[in-house]
Amino acid sequence: MQKLIDDIYRSHSRRVLATLIRLLGDFDRAEEALHEAFAEAARKWPKNGVPENPMAWLVSTGRFRTIDQLRRRSRFDASLKDIEDSLYPAKEAEIGDMDLIEDDVLRLIFTCCHPLIPADAQIAMSLREICGLTTEEIAHAFLIPPPTVAQRIVRAKNRIRSAGIPYEVPDKDQLPDRLQRVLHVIYLVFNEGYSASSGTDIVRADLTAEAIRLCRTLLALLPDPGASGLLALMLLQDSRRAARRSATGEIILLADQDRALWDREMIREGLALIDAATEGGAVGYYGLQAAIAAEHARKRKADETDWHRIVRLYDLLLGARPSPIIELNRAVAVAMCEGPAAGLAIVDAILSRGELRDYHLAHAARADFLRQLKRFPDARLAYENALGLCRQEPEKAFIRKRIAELPE
Amino acid sequence: MKYLCLVWCEEGKFEALSNEEREQLDRDSMGYDQELARSGHMIATEALQSPANSVVVRVRHSEISVTDGPFAEAKEQLAGFILIEARDLNEAIRVAAGIPLAKLGSIEVRPVHNFG
Repeated sequence: MQKLIDDIYRSHSRRVLATLIRLLGDFDRAEEALHEAFAEAARKWPKNGVPENPMAWLVSTGRFRTIDQLRRRSRFDASLKDIEDSLYPAKEAEIGDMDLIEDDVLRLIFTCCHPLIPADAQIAMSLREICGLTTEEIAHAFLIPPPTVAQRIVRAKNRIRSAGIPYEVPDKDQLPDRLQRVLHVIYLVFNEGYSASSGTDIVRADLTAEAIRLCRTLLALLPDPGASGLLALMLLQDSRRAARRSATGEIILLADQDRALWDREMIREGLALIDAATEGGAVGYYGLQAAIAAEHARKRKADETDWHRIVRLYDLLLGARPSPIIELNRAVAVAMCEGPAAGLAIVDAILSRGELRDYHLAHAARADFLRQLKRFPDARLAYENALGLCRQEPEKAFIRKRIAELPE
Repeated sequence: MKYLCLVWCEEGKFEALSNEEREQLDRDSMGYDQELARSGHMIATEALQSPANSVVVRVRHSEISVTDGPFAEAKEQLAGFILIEARDLNEAIRVAAGIPLAKLGSIEVRPVHNFG
C-alpha cells in the first residue's frame, strides 16, 4: 500500500498541488495541504482502500484540512478568520471542475515563469513545483549548494506574494511575450523525464507525458510555431522511449536501438507537425531540433542516416542560438561524416575555451572519439573524467562498461 | 530527510514580553507542536532551560574539565529544538517558518546526515 501511495504521489502530487494553489491562493499553504492530504491517505487508504478518484479525494482532503487548521488557529488570530472565510463556500463549485483542473499546471508554469521572477529562480521553482524534484536534487543537478537553491525558491515565492503575481494563464494578447519562457520550462520538464538528472532510473514517463500534455494545451490556446516545434521535438524523442533501455535497465544508444520498438503513432504526429512547419516557413529553435530528430525517425535502419544533412541542421541551429551543448552534438554528427579525429578537434576546442568542463557527456564523447582513434590510455582518462562528473546510475554503469571493454 | 530546527532567541527579548504575550506564545508553541505531530513532521522536540544552568564539558589528556558555558555571552541562545521529517530543505523551511518563536528569534535549519 505504501508503494501504491508513493506511486500516486509521483504521478498525481504535482497536479494536486497546482489545484490546491488555485483553491487556497498561496504556495506554502497549498504545500502544507498537499502534505496533510498524503498523510491522511497513508492513514485511511490501507483500511478503506484507494478512493475511486484519488486526485479529487486528495484535493478535497487537503483543502478541508487547511480550512480546519485555519479555523483552529483563527481562534487566536483574527486576521486568519478572513482567509478562512474567503476559502470556504464560494469556491465549492470549482473543486470538481475538470476543465479548471486540467489547466492548473499550466497556470502554475505561467506563475513560476513570470517575468518578475529571476531566471535562475524560475528554473529552480519549476523543477521543484512542477517536476517534484527536491531542493537537494536540484542543487545536485546544478552543482550548487542546497541553501542557495532554497533561498531562490523562498525569494521567488515571496515575490509572487508581494507583487501579487496572479495565478493564471495570461490573456491572448500577452501570451506571445510570455510563451518563450514557458516553452523553455516545458522542455525542462520533458528533459527531466527523458533523462533524469539523478537517481536510478533514466526515464520518468510521467514527466515526459505531462510535458507533452501541457504543450498540447498551450497549442490549443495559441497556435504558435515555437510550441508546435517543441511538441514535434518531444514526440519524436519520446517515440524512442521503449528502445532506449534494455530489459535490465541498461542504456542502448541510438545506433543500436531496435527501431521496431519506436512508437510509430508519435512519429507520425511529430513528422506531420514538422512538415506543416516547414511548409509555413517558420522553423524555430525547437523546430530545428525536431527536424534533426525527424532525420532519425524517418530511417528504418541506423546506417541509412543522412549525417551530412544533420550537420547542416546543426549549423542552422548554431546560427539561431549558439550553445556549446549544440556544438557538442554537432561534433558527434561531424565525426559520423568525417571520422573521429574531426569530432575530437571540435570537442577539444570547446573544452579549451573553458566550456562544458563539468559536463560528463563532453568527456564521454571525447572518450568515444579517442577510443575509435585507438588512443586507449587517453580514452580511459576521459571516461574516468566523465564517470566522476556523472550523477545518474544507468549512465555511470554504461561508462564503466566502456572502460572495462578498453584493451589494456 | 530529517532536519533539526534549532530555535535561537535573545533571552532579553523573551523576558521583555508581558505575561499575556508569554502565555500566548506558550499556547501557540504547544498548538504548533500538536499540528506537527498530527501532520507527521514531528520526530522530537524539547524546550531548553537558560544557559545559566548549563556547563561545558571537555576531556583533554584524559582529564575532565567543566566550565560555565562560553556561549553565555553570545547574543542569541539556544532555546529549544524540533527534529522534523520533511521532503526537502524547502519543506523544512516552511515548517520552521511556522514555529511561533521564529517571530521573536531565529530558526537554524540543519539537515541531518544520512549515512544510508
